[in-house]
Amino acid sequence: MAIENPLIRCENVTVSASGKKLVEDVTFELGPGKFVALIGPNGAGKTSLFNTISGFYRPSQGHITFKGQDITRIPAPRRAKMGLGRSFQNIALFRGMTVLDNIKLGRHAHLKTNVFDALLYLGRARREEAELRRDVEERIIDFLEIDHIRHAPVSALSYGLQKRVEMARALAMQPEILMLDEPVAGMNREETEDMARFILDVRAEWGVTVLMVEHDMGMVMDLSDHVVVLNFGQVIARGTPAQVQADPEVARAYLGSGNVDELRERLRAAARPRAEAA
Amino acid sequence: MDMDWGYLFEVSLTSVMGGGLYALAGLAFVMVYKATRVVNLAIGEMLMAGSYLFFTFAAMWALPLWLAIPAAVLASGVLGAVIERTMIRPLLGEPPISAFMVTIGLGSVLVGLVEMIWSADQRRLPDFLPTQAITVGDAFLAPKIFWGAVIASVFITAVLLVFRYWRGGVALRATASDQAAAYAVGINVPRVFSLSWVVSAMLAAVSGIIVGSIGGISSSMGVFGLTVLVVVIVGGLDSVLGALVAGLLVGLVEGLAGAYLGGEYKLLATFIVLVFILMVRPYGLFGTREIERL
Repeated sequence: MAIENPLIRCENVTVSASGKKLVEDVTFELGPGKFVALIGPNGAGKTSLFNTISGFYRPSQGHITFKGQDITRIPAPRRAKMGLGRSFQNIALFRGMTVLDNIKLGRHAHLKTNVFDALLYLGRARREEAELRRDVEERIIDFLEIDHIRHAPVSALSYGLQKRVEMARALAMQPEILMLDEPVAGMNREETEDMARFILDVRAEWGVTVLMVEHDMGMVMDLSDHVVVLNFGQVIARGTPAQVQADPEVARAYLGSGNVDELRERLRAAARPRAEAA
Repeated sequence: MDMDWGYLFEVSLTSVMGGGLYALAGLAFVMVYKATRVVNLAIGEMLMAGSYLFFTFAAMWALPLWLAIPAAVLASGVLGAVIERTMIRPLLGEPPISAFMVTIGLGSVLVGLVEMIWSADQRRLPDFLPTQAITVGDAFLAPKIFWGAVIASVFITAVLLVFRYWRGGVALRATASDQAAAYAVGINVPRVFSLSWVVSAMLAAVSGIIVGSIGGISSSMGVFGLTVLVVVIVGGLDSVLGALVAGLLVGLVEGLAGAYLGGEYKLLATFIVLVFILMVRPYGLFGTREIERL
């Protein structure tokens, strides 16, 4: 089913590395305002596809379009500027800098101050800095409840907080699409629930489209409106969380083979406490 | 034994000022290492190239100084860009040893070019530093060393300011910290690499022009780079502060050894400092531990 005016469209995208196909002939679309989750077993190609969309990998075949424009050959920094803000599976923050500096760097690509403005701190530099401060400090930092650590060096923070700072930095990029690569990997229950709440709130507040790679089934079932399942680099199922959950092919992918009912039961169990909590 | 404190003061002051040039050249080295993780062994030869470009503009083409100096510095910047684009960029993603070896080759190529174009003879640069003797208290300072140090500190300060407040400087620090993250927030990482080589080559040219006007230029003046390497290893390869402090320290040690033990002990003294620092702090005075990966 083709969506009208998708934000992102991957057309027959294949990504190879040293002779191995990481992603094979994947076609999918991300409609504006949607929350799409990419799931699949380890090594299914989720992160590879993710990296291809954000421009870190080049597809060997196929095209990626953003708002109708072909961005297949456009390098990552320019895609970031166009509105693709991402986080990383293994946190990638600027160590040795404070939380505030990290978040402000998210706006880097949008600033226009040149070297003379900056040195003299005149006109444009002053205006841009004031604007940036207002947006970052009053909106993003408050919203993600990281006010108390704004001047702390990022390397001193807990894992959960670092993930949150990474999301704050992605938000400072004023993205149209927020791309989250395993936002709750390695988090405990409480941190996971906090993160889920932040993602939902961010989506409501900023109205961004979200593309998320995630292993936590509860999280996927609760948050997303559309799920794309990958296995061995190929799309094996797609649909609403409920449709995907009921798909025997998906269960088989996760288990290899064997007991489909058991997995289905596990998926349901994972989804249940969250549904009740919500 | 009677200590001549006045002499000690004079020697120390002169040596620390001479160290200012090491600090400037060290800064040029750190700039590239910090952004690109390339150990540039040709730093001394890049210094030499800058001084020969100045020689060409000022002595051979007889351009006025106010034109010859910026022209030499700019031409060196172009040279830096060309080096990065043609020799370093293609090695992106290769093991660090590849780029390291290429810079050794680059050093030889630059020496060869200089000997082909300007011959291996020693040359004198036109005098442009004031020759009026400088006295601090009772101490007498060689004017060239004094003015060289002044110019070096002006450039060091300018670079520090620019990289503190300019977006490009922030981008460089961000790239040094995490390349993937820099890429993801829209920093054009290849351009940052290019920028770091251009700035480094320009700084090397400035130090080359000063070094050359103090002691003359020749195709072997690249050995200055050997001491610069000691400086950056002592300071910590990726530390700007380290380059500055170690520059002055190495200048001081070298000067004291030269004055009290004799000129032939200068290098020995600096290398003893190097060995000692490496034993106590293997990653340099201010370097990050990560460097141990190398």
